[in-house]
Amino acid sequence: MSQSEWPLWEVFIRSKQGLDHKHVGSLHAADAAMAIQNARDVYTRRMEGVSIWVVESRHIHASNPDDAAAFFDPANDKVYRHPTFYQVPDSIKHM
Amino acid sequence: METAELTQEELFQQRIDADQRIEPKDWMPDAYRKTLIRQISQHAHSEIVGMLPEGNWITRAPSLKRKSILLAKVQDEAGHGLYLYSAAETLGASRDQMLADLHAGKAKYSSIFNYPTLSWADIGCVGWLVDGAAILNQVPLCRTSFGPYARAMVRVCKEESFHQRQGFEIMQTLCEGAPEQKAMAQEALNRWWWPTLMMFGPKDDESPNTARSMQWRIKRFTNDELRQKFVDMMVPQAEFLGLTVPDLALQWNETKQGYDFGEVNWEEFWQVVNGNGLCNHDRLQARVDAWEEGAWVREAALAHAEKRRQRQEPIHKSGPTRKAELPQD
Repeated sequence: MSQSEWPLWEVFIRSKQGLDHKHVGSLHAADAAMAIQNARDVYTRRMEGVSIWVVESRHIHASNPDDAAAFFDPANDKVYRHPTFYQVPDSIKHM
Repeated sequence: METAELTQEELFQQRIDADQRIEPKDWMPDAYRKTLIRQISQHAHSEIVGMLPEGNWITRAPSLKRKSILLAKVQDEAGHGLYLYSAAETLGASRDQMLADLHAGKAKYSSIFNYPTLSWADIGCVGWLVDGAAILNQVPLCRTSFGPYARAMVRVCKEESFHQRQGFEIMQTLCEGAPEQKAMAQEALNRWWWPTLMMFGPKDDESPNTARSMQWRIKRFTNDELRQKFVDMMVPQAEFLGLTVPDLALQWNETKQGYDFGEVNWEEFWQVVNGNGLCNHDRLQARVDAWEEGAWVREAALAHAEKRRQRQEPIHKSGPTRKAELPQD
């Protein structure tokens, strides 16, 4: 039975021109064309999108949440990457 | 550090207590996963089976406007079922297995859909009362601890409020119409009131899973709390319509600033849950028939996709592919 299950696709929608495509959920479809068609019906019934991407779920690779602490740690102690780290004299404008 | 001595389960509970969301690949207790798969799939099944009593009236809606609205609403219910199935799949449940469990009678769906929709006023009651109860259940679920479930519920709740309003509008139109129309509205309310109160589930002291679901912040309110809120919300609306809530014990309680109301017929509730409601058999049969009669379509679509793949036909050229924009060497 599970042999005949349509593959799973992840759906990304651009809500309006100028914005990124954003993940909204997933659905089953036999191929990409059907996935886009179904995504239109499932995720944009109220004009939520102007563009749809679909990616077969098996092609998505993700970081491991168990390693999240160590993986993202290197960014944690580099406060000098943020503009608020620097003191700017009050009299200096446009910076 | 103390945290070194905490078990995974204790760390998990700490995250829950700090109101952090749990995402699919995070560690979670098996029982949390199982509870969610059961709850989300039941919720999805309810949306899908819930299309049947209303679908029954699409061809008989009294005007083109009502027909268009009802069609859009039933299509929304299908969408809600699909959001929820996909949320359950992030926990490792398979779509086919969830459907097989529904079709075998192993998985439950909301008992309210085992009642028949006999008149057009029933469609008003389904929107006004049943969707009203569903919204009360679903709004707190927008903050449930499992991320994909919460996100699906945000989308569902946004769409659901139109459902309740169109139901109320049907009731209002009938109540402002001929005496026969108003009688039809009252008769529908008489039949739907008590089954709607049952939608919130058994009483708190007979709901063994509630405590744990609250601890895991899957649920945020108990069944009885939501039932009370529902009565307090709906009685003034019924009064506005000039309809009588069919409960002789209904009475405003000044001290608790809420209504006292009569006892739900729990015998009937359990009968319907256990398969003996008016429409249990028909509803399940309709789902099984739809699944079996659609089998050839599912197979044909797969075969067609495979054929195109072998011919290497491009299926669609839009999307993230930017090859065309790259310099051609």
